Amino acid sequence: MDAQTVIAKRIAQELRDGMLVNLGIGIPTMVANFVPPGMHIFFQSENGLIGTGPIPEQGMAHARLTDAAGRPVSAIPGACTFDSAMSFGLIRGGHVDMTVLGGLQVDQEGKLANWTIPGKMVPGMGGAMDLVTGARRVVIAMQHTAKGKPKIMRRCTLPLTSVRRVDLVVTELAVIAFPEGRATLVETAPGVTVQDVQAATEAELAIPARVPVMQIS
Amino acid sequence: MALEEAVAQIPDGASLMIGGFMGVGTPHRVVGELVRQGKKDLTVIANDSAMPGVGIGKLVTAGRVRKLVASHIGLNPETQQKMLAGAMDVELVPQGTLIERIRAAGFGLGGVLTATGVGTEVETGKRKIDVEGRTYLLETPLRADFALIEAFLADYLGNLTYALTARNFNPVIAMAATTVIVEAEHIVPVGMIPPDNVMTPAPLVDYVVANA
Repeated sequence: MDAQTVIAKRIAQELRDGMLVNLGIGIPTMVANFVPPGMHIFFQSENGLIGTGPIPEQGMAHARLTDAAGRPVSAIPGACTFDSAMSFGLIRGGHVDMTVLGGLQVDQEGKLANWTIPGKMVPGMGGAMDLVTGARRVVIAMQHTAKGKPKIMRRCTLPLTSVRRVDLVVTELAVIAFPEGRATLVETAPGVTVQDVQAATEAELAIPARVPVMQIS
Repeated sequence: MALEEAVAQIPDGASLMIGGFMGVGTPHRVVGELVRQGKKDLTVIANDSAMPGVGIGKLVTAGRVRKLVASHIGLNPETQQKMLAGAMDVELVPQGTLIERIRAAGFGLGGVLTATGVGTEVETGKRKIDVEGRTYLLETPLRADFALIEAFLADYLGNLTYALTARNFNPVIAMAATTVIVEAEHIVPVGMIPPDNVMTPAPLVDYVVANA
């Protein structure tokens, strides 16, 4: 199983029936492919849609039914649309139960940097700052390292997205949570040791006596 | 009103709010006409600058935008290049803050308080206000000379509805500009849009651009 699939499948286990969930682009989008059977999730697209469905079949795309990257999507029965003020009222107002976003760096207290690499990548923050500040639960989907360098750091060197701590970071190596603002190893991926995770992490990790293995199939 | 006539009212140097999210819900014919008429030194306030050659991206490609206020330019490398080269002034605003600043102007408010951006680069130069134990940034109202809107249905009076995800910024910018110009997919007789379905009331709309 490739790294991205491990991450997406593990995050899908965080879904609960009836949740309103916003997925970022990249690995987060893949989480929608692994919703447990029989569970109903309301997926929000911040351009103004709840009830985002799969990419439409060839020839079935509607020019005015798109995701936040402007690509055609479908809408499931029960979907609804709204303007951007409502969309961000849902986000900032704490009505979104969970958001899954990509990350560039997370510090050992759980603060996220994911919107810019000054001088190199200036895409703009889009909805990321509102999502991290306002969603009830923030889950980060990212590879554990970038070109061999740790992304879970003592302190972020990149500009922060929010001072609000994220709740969970899921990588291809581990699941990390931040109880009381302290990076804590929650699970390791199958075939990965606690030492492997520590070696790939710059942040100081709290290691409980027993660290379970991710249950993914 | 004819497209050329509507766009002719917009002077060089005007500030424009333009609807759309990655070009979806952008009045493409109005934007194309702005380029054709050679309008320049524009300030554009919009969610994003779409892609090169698409929607607002056309204005960027043609070098007509002096200043852009947007939340996301990641899918338009030209905007990023012009910003880094200093050829275009770009103010990046969190999306929820951008729409609320526009809403504040349109709804007659002196600003909004939001926790978004506290403790980040976004707070630079802004007043921080504590309310009930939480810290917020004071974000000021944002208004423009013109709002350029794409609607799905417009009746002869100017009542509007929007389609699906093409609604986005459109009904909000309709409140925040001095002059509102609408490009509608369909122009229909008065009464065709049931009162409960009207999303932008006619008195807000100044011009509906004819369809062909």
